Amino acid sequence: MLYFLLRRLAFMIPLIFGITLITFIIIHLAPGGPAEIQAEMSLKASAQAIENLKRLYGLDKPLHMQYINWIKRFLFLDFGVSFVDGRQVIYKIIERIPVTLIINLISLFFIFLFAIPLGIFSAVKQNSLFDKVATVSVFIGFSTPHFWIAMLLMILFGVKLGWLPISGIQSLDISDMTKLELFMDRAHHLVLPVFVGSFGGIAGLSRYSRSNMLEVIRQDYIRTAKAKGLKDKEVIFKHALRNALMPIVTILGLSVPGLIGGSVIIESLFSIPGMGQLFYSSAMARDYPTIMGILVIGSFLTLIGNLLADIGYAVVDPRVKIGGA
Amino acid sequence: MNLSKVIWKRFCRNKLSAVSATAVIFLIITALSAPFLAPYDPADIDVSNILFSPSTSHPLGTDELGRDVLSRMIWGSRVSLSVGFVAVAIAIFTGIVIGSIAGYYGGWIDAVIMRFVDIMLTFPTLFLILAVVAIVGPSIFLIMLIIGLTGWMDVARLVRAEFLTLKERDFVWAARSIGVKDSGIIFRHILPNALAPVFVAATMGVAGAILTESALSFLGLGVQPPIPSWGNILTAGKDNIEIAWWLSVFPGLAILLTVLAYNLAGEGLRDALDPRLWGSEDI
Repeated sequence: MLYFLLRRLAFMIPLIFGITLITFIIIHLAPGGPAEIQAEMSLKASAQAIENLKRLYGLDKPLHMQYINWIKRFLFLDFGVSFVDGRQVIYKIIERIPVTLIINLISLFFIFLFAIPLGIFSAVKQNSLFDKVATVSVFIGFSTPHFWIAMLLMILFGVKLGWLPISGIQSLDISDMTKLELFMDRAHHLVLPVFVGSFGGIAGLSRYSRSNMLEVIRQDYIRTAKAKGLKDKEVIFKHALRNALMPIVTILGLSVPGLIGGSVIIESLFSIPGMGQLFYSSAMARDYPTIMGILVIGSFLTLIGNLLADIGYAVVDPRVKIGGA
Repeated sequence: MNLSKVIWKRFCRNKLSAVSATAVIFLIITALSAPFLAPYDPADIDVSNILFSPSTSHPLGTDELGRDVLSRMIWGSRVSLSVGFVAVAIAIFTGIVIGSIAGYYGGWIDAVIMRFVDIMLTFPTLFLILAVVAIVGPSIFLIMLIIGLTGWMDVARLVRAEFLTLKERDFVWAARSIGVKDSGIIFRHILPNALAPVFVAATMGVAGAILTESALSFLGLGVQPPIPSWGNILTAGKDNIEIAWWLSVFPGLAILLTVLAYNLAGEGLRDALDPRLWGSEDI
């Protein structure tokens, strides 16, 4: 297991290198370089900030030296200070991560809870009415813009019916609430964001588990199990299900970038103070240090997601030799 | 019967994909004939008609500047479709070139290229797109370019996989033995045989690009007003969410139906192109 982990971690090093390189290139796409742009927008950046920026990127040095310096600073998670409020970028990001992470984890939970049974049942009853309705719903599901479904739900439940709050993650006045009330208040605020966050994922994952299951139930060993006279239920739950579900673990890792990216839309729509909203406001304010910081941190979260998925896969699938033989 | 006829017949037999292909064609015609179809000038501001609900003179209502929503949506379809097509063309071209090189040459070239693909896949795409647009400044060409350049990885993987199996086949060895150059083998001999999954990816890619463009425009970092796009009409819808439901409902419905049509057409194409699903009645 240790060897497997080490090899897997070593595999991440070139990826980290590449991520930082691409991020570095992107900031140099700015016409005239970041410092000049910032100078033009002098309302936001004082002369001091421009000096700081030039020093941060070492803009007087040749390009490869700039990159090496940037990497050195970055190893200590020093992304510089924000143009907007002069705070350390890394602290700005770290305080935003928990909200985004929690919403995404709850969404993932619901995605798995609904998508897998839906997909498996569709596959088992292939071409039934249920399967056909599910298939069409799935296509509608991943053809619907997230932000649009969010708006419709805000109109219906927020404006017309007044059942659910449409902004923020807690009520304005929480001073005299008990722990239970606080929890309920949070839950109440998260209903719509979590629904919107899991909506597209449920469509995608149920489609995926359906096709996996279809693949598995065509295999010889399933026919053998049926030929032995086992009941359908036993064949499906004992023989087919486990094999159909294994590849789904990897989907967990692959879905991370989509979820993190999607949080930009969900968080800015529902005014949730997470990483996505921070990214959006930084992009609108052209706050380069924060944009770069979130880009790198967001990709790291994806790498970690992939790593966890791979470990999960090695644990559930005995064919993956974690001893590394 | 020749192959393309078989595929066409199979595609049309599936009602859902036949309907969606019709919708796709209908949408293209709508976009092309926008100047003749739109009842009003999409930029015509009418302060006496601000935020009017749907009526006979304005079937889908008017927006916050009194402009006709139906006309803006018809013109907006041009933006959505052209972003979709151009972005996908860029993605497909990049994916084919990179995937063919990786699959054909193999070895360390393949290893380096596939690591690069892995790196591109770790970025949350929307973050990457937003970062570039924020830094360079929004324009419709940049959006086409950046959606294309963040969307080629799946195509590259598909093409590479096809190349890995095709390059060992006899007809490739035959071509090589009579001295055909690498570029000739790649583009004349292998590529035409590797294109089937690329067509499917392209069709569904248009759907994805339209969704991304609408999200960008909605966030204010896509197509900029006064040019109408489905996404930026929805921004106005959000600002007037409590009083003007028609500004939110109709453009979203247009996006949904368009994206759905491309996705279903892509799925139909996938089934039609998959020889494993062919029955005896097809040949």
